[in-house]
Amino acid sequence: MTDSKLDLLQGTLDLMVLQTLSVMGSLHGYGIARRIEQISDDTVLLNQGTIYAALVRLQHRGWIAAEWGISDNNRKAKFYSITRAGKKQLAKDAVYWQRLSEMMGRVLNMEAGE
Amino acid sequence: MRGKEPKSVAGSAREVVNRSRAFFRKKRLDHDLNEEMESHLDFAIEENMRRGLSQEEARRQAMIRFGGVMQAKELQRESRGLPGVDVFIQDAKYACRILLRDKSFTLIAVLILALGIGANIAVFSVVNAILVRPLPFRDSQQLVWMAPAASKCGFSCETYTADAYDEFRAMNRAFQDVAGYFAFSSSDNMKLTGRGQPKPATGILVTQNFFQTLGVEPVYGRLFLSEEARKGARPVVLLANAFWRRQFAGDPGIVGQPIDIDGKPTTVVGVLPESFDFGSVFSPGAKVDMFAPTILDDMRPWGNILALVGRVKPDLTVAQAQADANIVLPKLYFNVNMPDSLGSYKDKPMQLMALKEYVSGKLRPPLIVLWCAVGTILLIVCVNLANLMLARAATRTKEFALRLALGAGRIRLIRQLLTESLVLSLAGAALGLAIAYGITDFLAHQGSIALPMLNSIRVDGDALAWTVAIAVIAAALFGIVPGLKVSRSDVQEALKDSGPGMSEGRKHERMRAFLVISEVAMACVLLVGAGLLLRSFLRVLDVDLGFQPSHAAAVKVDYDDGNNANSGERRGIIFREMLRQVEAIPGVESAGVVDYLPLERNRSWGSPGIKGKHYEPGERPGAFVYMVTPGYLQAMGMRLHGRDFTWDDGPKGEPVIILNHAAAHYLFPADNAIGSMVQMNGEDRRVIGVIQDVHEANVEGTPGWQVYFPVMQENPVGAELVVRTKLPPEALAGSVMGKLRELNPNQSAAEFRTIQKIVDHAVSPRRFFVLLVVSFAVFGVALAALGIYGVISYSVTQRTQEIGIRMALGATVGRVQLGVIGNTVRLALVGIVLGTAASYLVARGIAALLFGTAPTDPITFAGMILVLGSVALLAGYIPARRASRINPMVALRNN
Repeated sequence: MTDSKLDLLQGTLDLMVLQTLSVMGSLHGYGIARRIEQISDDTVLLNQGTIYAALVRLQHRGWIAAEWGISDNNRKAKFYSITRAGKKQLAKDAVYWQRLSEMMGRVLNMEAGE
Repeated sequence: MRGKEPKSVAGSAREVVNRSRAFFRKKRLDHDLNEEMESHLDFAIEENMRRGLSQEEARRQAMIRFGGVMQAKELQRESRGLPGVDVFIQDAKYACRILLRDKSFTLIAVLILALGIGANIAVFSVVNAILVRPLPFRDSQQLVWMAPAASKCGFSCETYTADAYDEFRAMNRAFQDVAGYFAFSSSDNMKLTGRGQPKPATGILVTQNFFQTLGVEPVYGRLFLSEEARKGARPVVLLANAFWRRQFAGDPGIVGQPIDIDGKPTTVVGVLPESFDFGSVFSPGAKVDMFAPTILDDMRPWGNILALVGRVKPDLTVAQAQADANIVLPKLYFNVNMPDSLGSYKDKPMQLMALKEYVSGKLRPPLIVLWCAVGTILLIVCVNLANLMLARAATRTKEFALRLALGAGRIRLIRQLLTESLVLSLAGAALGLAIAYGITDFLAHQGSIALPMLNSIRVDGDALAWTVAIAVIAAALFGIVPGLKVSRSDVQEALKDSGPGMSEGRKHERMRAFLVISEVAMACVLLVGAGLLLRSFLRVLDVDLGFQPSHAAAVKVDYDDGNNANSGERRGIIFREMLRQVEAIPGVESAGVVDYLPLERNRSWGSPGIKGKHYEPGERPGAFVYMVTPGYLQAMGMRLHGRDFTWDDGPKGEPVIILNHAAAHYLFPADNAIGSMVQMNGEDRRVIGVIQDVHEANVEGTPGWQVYFPVMQENPVGAELVVRTKLPPEALAGSVMGKLRELNPNQSAAEFRTIQKIVDHAVSPRRFFVLLVVSFAVFGVALAALGIYGVISYSVTQRTQEIGIRMALGATVGRVQLGVIGNTVRLALVGIVLGTAASYLVARGIAALLFGTAPTDPITFAGMILVLGSVALLAGYIPARRASRINPMVALRNN
């Protein structure tokens, strides 16, 4: 655990998965994990394995759906895609995170006398 | 990594459903996951190899990026299924293994729990059946019992005439309907004839609308029609379900068929449902076989005969109905043909009482006491189990310490211990349930216990829920103590080979001592309560009933006196011959006939008074009336001053009467009753004797006024032959019945009952409670003894070394024993002192249930102290002996 990597806040992984699926369409677990790593320039501390807990959680909530399929390179894999409920949730969560990060930004930029 | 954003309710519900579904599809999902992860790694390896890594390095890198495969799987499973349940199952499996390893502990614990929980379920079932469950009638909360407050003159003062009933029914505005039944039928008052030997049966006359008012529907056929209650209607009956099964083999074809009752063909119009048991509601302990409609026009001159039940209109309260009854009551005639009987009932205001309250209200206090007793038992069981678990936990300190050291959380350990106690508790509950099934089944078939709704006692869904609830509560109670104890123990200290440190051991012991003291104190309370109730019961058995129940028996006899003007004469002849022949049977000392036996049905008609003397209304209680033959008083073992009736006291002789002491003493305070004249119901009679008061209606109350007439001078209702013998009364059954059948071929096969049985029936509710409470107390004391034994024995084991050193240094066997017993006595003494104080309070609480026994009864308290003291000494003596046999050499060598 090097200092240079970001530890994931609770709930952020779920949001990342939703966002990834929303943008990329149908994707398997490895694809999602790779995509998140690429987007974050490998700054996110992600044991790829942990993504499966998030995937089953999102599935249980009905936000994503899963289906076995065949990948481009002819490999059997489970493909995930976002559902309508998932899209709605993503919209809600995105607003929430945006507001939170803006607010945190302001707090952290606070200067004396302000 | 759980989302903290607010989730929608539907989303959460869906998650719960999906999680539960996943819980049951573990295997498939795990397989799925494995495959998915494999393909994940394959993707990664492929990509790495594309970047030019060797296959081995590609695989290594892929694994690194993936992280721990097992952790990932575990994490996924946690998010997927029901991790709590998984842990519980795991804990439960472990608990079962641990418990099976320690068989003797498990056996004792499960047995104790089974007895405690079983007793609780059984009592709950009784309470539920008698107090809680509504009566088995439609909208039973609308039903009310309609009678004046109970008084000294028995059923006759709680009933109404046919005219009063009709008038009340017509004039009231608050009732949907009012129904009644003839309250003076005795058991086996009907004969089923025409099919071989006449069979006795019990029939009750009910008003035509009785079942409609209660809301009872027949299973076959129909209820009574109004024309069937008219004068001269053809006779019909409804059969009780049990009688129908027994007598007619449950044949629905009997409906519409005539059966011969008392020689008259009577049509069966229907069969009542099994849920309707007249006896269990209105006359606990009695079985009723048939119902016939009252022909009120025939009954108008009979006086107060109907016990009334009303159904209040749905939108009215009982208080509103009461107000209505208060208006109607003064307008009632005793007999409409007697104008001056208007207002006969206004002195005895009718009090409406919810039927449920009438049926079981009196049983509430004893049942609550019973429930508390059984609850106390459960507490003692829990304390005992906590104690056993603590002792066990002490021997398992290392196991727990090891688990703590290996990273188990304290919560996890407590959880483990609670699971163990839950497994124990559920095993105990399962066995307890079986015990409770046995007890309730036994009770439900105890027709001889005069408790209402007894036949409906069963372990039902409510009881099952109760079982689960108390099992869980018990498990929490006795599991949390050792749980807290263990989780607080010091890992370092425990892992050292020397076992628990000294300070820990002492704290441990203090906890256990506290538990034992509370156990002893609770056993104290139970013992005092049981002792007081037992003493009361013995007092009740000791009551001078006014007759001698032992060595006497009664049987219902049939006779035909022609039922006309000469009947009195004829009865005299029939009974005289019958008694002469019965008394000739070897073993019969004396015999007599009465129409109503004491402690069974009773009736009263007016009161005797001195002619010309003015009595205030209500000054004299209504007198119980008995029609007897010469010899009856002697056969019952009643004590008579003056002379008995003779066969010469016939219809043409001087009207004579025998008074009981209460009546004679009131009317003739100068003690000159014998030979004086009294007037009763307008007739002058000479008092020829005074007999000791007889408990006519109950054993525990004070007797009222009683009068006896010779059977030749008044019309008796049926006849009970009473015989007194030196032999066991049952031995006479054959010869007496044979003789009766010889005299009258129509004699039915009536039951030959000992008088003692009648008395036993009357005291059966008290016997029932006493039996239960005493067995609880015995169980409680046994548990307390076990608790004391456990603690003392454990401390001896713990202190083996110390005792060994002492003995090596010269302590004598006696000293060692004394030391151990001293410990025991200290524990017991503190428990007894606390318990006595608590018992004192409890005893005051149950004072109303006691009979002839003060709540502070010194014998009971002394007995309790003696019993508990000696039990404690015994429990302490066994370990003390063991302590004194410790071989110092061995003790010092071992560790």
